[in-house]
Amino acid sequence: MKPPPKHPPSRVASTADLRAFQRMMASAIVRPLTADDGLQPLWTDGRPMDKVAAEFIKPNDRLTSFERLQLYSRMYWFRLFDAIRDDCPGLLAALGERAFGRLAQAYLAQYPSRSFTLRDLCSRLERFILEEPRLTAPRTALASEIARFEWAQTVAFDGEARPVIAAARLARTPPSRLRLGLQPYVTLLSLRHPIDTYVIAVKRRDALRSEASNTPGAQAVVHRAFRRAALPRPRRTHVAVHRHNNRLFYKRLDPAAFRILEALGRGCTLSRAIAAAGPGVRPGQVKAWFASWMALGWFCAPGNKRRRAAS
Amino acid sequence: MPANRFNGHSDYGIGIGLRVPHYRHILSKKPVVDWFEIISENFMVEGGRPLELLDKILEQYRVVQHGVSMYFGSADKPDRTHLKRLKALVKRTRTPWLSDHLCWGSVDGTYTHDLLPMPYTFAAARRTAEKIRQIRDYVEVPVCVENVSSYAEFHASEMTEWEFLTEVVELADCGILLDVNNIYVSSKNHGFNPYDYVNNVPHHRVGQMHIAGHTKFEKYILDTHDHPVLDPVWKLYAHATRLCGITATLLEWDDRIPSFDEVHNEALKANEFIDGAKKAAV
Repeated sequence: MKPPPKHPPSRVASTADLRAFQRMMASAIVRPLTADDGLQPLWTDGRPMDKVAAEFIKPNDRLTSFERLQLYSRMYWFRLFDAIRDDCPGLLAALGERAFGRLAQAYLAQYPSRSFTLRDLCSRLERFILEEPRLTAPRTALASEIARFEWAQTVAFDGEARPVIAAARLARTPPSRLRLGLQPYVTLLSLRHPIDTYVIAVKRRDALRSEASNTPGAQAVVHRAFRRAALPRPRRTHVAVHRHNNRLFYKRLDPAAFRILEALGRGCTLSRAIAAAGPGVRPGQVKAWFASWMALGWFCAPGNKRRRAAS
Repeated sequence: MPANRFNGHSDYGIGIGLRVPHYRHILSKKPVVDWFEIISENFMVEGGRPLELLDKILEQYRVVQHGVSMYFGSADKPDRTHLKRLKALVKRTRTPWLSDHLCWGSVDGTYTHDLLPMPYTFAAARRTAEKIRQIRDYVEVPVCVENVSSYAEFHASEMTEWEFLTEVVELADCGILLDVNNIYVSSKNHGFNPYDYVNNVPHHRVGQMHIAGHTKFEKYILDTHDHPVLDPVWKLYAHATRLCGITATLLEWDDRIPSFDEVHNEALKANEFIDGAKKAAV
């Protein structure tokens, strides 16, 4: 968003005035809240915020201009916090409430939503975590991997599905010329931690909490038993986050299988992709992998954009 | 008006919002419902479960699209990606009309995901009407604009909210989605008579109505959609129905959502007021 004007327009007599007015109000709404969830007392230029709010918002007999503006700012932040929490339960569990809250606020301040849908809100979260490691230290590597994994889930949930490539085409095209695209909803991840099992554990814990909340007396027991899903220890993990029959799945991949898919995603021919698997991979293994991927419908015609595996 | 050019000359009766907690009930029990309103943005995706579910609903029910982020009142131009996806969804649902809010919520491409009130000025009305016309021409279905609930008023305003709504819909030659709960909420927050609002909008342009619950706080009322409809809102709805005619009506219940039957039964209470309007008309 471009910087707001020093003062809101006293009249909105043109589209330019309307834009200036909207920049002023939006800038005030998206400024981070204070520790007690209030509007910041000073505007960006150091003037008292109550005076700035009074320049464009009318008070009424119950609320000051400042308080009326504050209502909108709180609704903005609470709505976006809720959306991030919903999309990132694993990251929340790994960081804890306070650190997650600090991260979410800093992220939204740096990367406010640029999409008409809240679905895209966390698309730049992994990048931000790596740009600002102090916010997640000492768990930055883990946090960035969880953010990447949880964004892959969003993509798998409702990403585009292209027509599945016909088996006949595979059979009639020589491997040295055959190029295959991966479905846009499939994300390949090479991770330093087994994030898939961690996210499953967090979801189970949350489901149990939810169950317990409807069972008088059981809540405390469950909370003690499932206070925190154990953080994953480092272990190189290759996984595809995808969907099948419109249900979300995580598929563990052999490192050689991952390299084949990654190479195909980069636009390599089939023969080059298979060569990328490295020595010691049996043809029967490769055949079985391809049979599985074909059955899952992962292959489509290569798109214009070459897909890059996230590692 | 039961059927007019702003709702595609349809006669849709009483509907409810299609919400996730009710999916299983709807698909398994197949309850009789006049129509469902969907939040367009929830289905403006490229694939996966949302569209599969929508297609199953469309096999059995009439669906009307209601948007929350077109932001007719934003100074920015309409977002091309948004418009393309909206039009694709219109073709999928065959919605007879679509609606979104008389508000703004984005500037310079940054989205607040809120329904922010407009400064009620003639210039803002002209800009808003121009955008509504552009969008309607692109999606090729009638458009109804909904009045929002608000918590702030601006020094820059040159007219009342209902005068602004009238100015916009006349300039855009579009319909109104009259949200009587929003009128009530705003009337309490800003100290106007909600009946003045309902009396002074162009009734022949009302293509749909919304009813909903709200929450009272000490100094203001919030449009929370998490309660049954309160009596003053039903009374206002009855009054609006007498003036506008029997109109496609939808109950919004978006938070702390109870069972499907509870929501549907709450919506069907509108029939009492519709019957009252019919008797009054005889």
